[in-house]
Amino acid sequence: METTTVASAASTIPLQAYLVLAAVLFCTGVWGLINSRNAVRVLMSIELMLNAVNINLMAFSDYLDGQLIRGQVFTIFVITVAAAEAAVGLAILLSLYRNRDTVDMERFNLLRW
Amino acid sequence: MTIASTTQLICFAVLSVTLVLGALGVVLLPNIVYSAFLLGGVFLSVAGLYLMLNASFVAAAQVLVYVGAVNVLILFAIMLVNKKENLAAIPGLGLRRLLSGAVCGGLFLLLIRVAFTTPWPLPGPAAVGEEATIRIGEHLFSDYLLPFELASVLLLMSMIGAIVLARRDVLSTDVITGELVDQGLIEKERTPLLLEKSPR
Repeated sequence: METTTVASAASTIPLQAYLVLAAVLFCTGVWGLINSRNAVRVLMSIELMLNAVNINLMAFSDYLDGQLIRGQVFTIFVITVAAAEAAVGLAILLSLYRNRDTVDMERFNLLRW
Repeated sequence: MTIASTTQLICFAVLSVTLVLGALGVVLLPNIVYSAFLLGGVFLSVAGLYLMLNASFVAAAQVLVYVGAVNVLILFAIMLVNKKENLAAIPGLGLRRLLSGAVCGGLFLLLIRVAFTTPWPLPGPAAVGEEATIRIGEHLFSDYLLPFELASVLLLMSMIGAIVLARRDVLSTDVITGELVDQGLIEKERTPLLLEKSPR
């Protein structure tokens, strides 16, 4: 059957290139998650990490599971959960901002020992 | 029909450079609005990578959900909470950045090592290409039916939860009697947070 395909078996780009790219994205996201002072930026860093995981899933789905593409289905679910997470996270952030009048992560310390 | 290998390489190089620079900008830029727009760029380049991985449906979903919904939501949140704020200096912030940078670098090296030492069973079965959308539909209505339905329940729950959390008056009025209550759970820096009951 003739389909438009980026031939993955004879691909010029190795699987490892995608994995390295996802690793860079994930580590950037982790660093931002730890070091951001602004709560909105923390949520953005979480999105970066989720996207890195999605790249991994898609690469494995294309290179190792080309017929069943279960990785793509998982990516769909991850995108769904990420959208829900962003909505609830930003609502929590708004509620926090109303109560504390700041978005500085260092001042959200009410429950800190 | 396959995309020529040189084109493929150029696309991958451009997309990865955009992705990495955009991600660094999201994390490092001092202005959060620039960060939000760069985040949109990162999402778009991830969608481009999905296209290179024979996944047109997921690429479209990525553009619609991430760029169209999540990024816009983040921009709205920035507009709602954007206040010039002089962040108080924290002792040992530079040290903390260095330490977390070292930890992230170590994690990166670990991931690289895993990627290059694992014997992946390559080449795998041939990719289905443009039939991917059909396969995803078959998966969603056969073996992934329960997660699919649960995802709809999750979306409904998060929608209601977001509305309840972001509304002003629900948290400060008693649900049963409708009277204003000071919950006193959160230490308040200014009192007029208890609003008048809004007319319905």
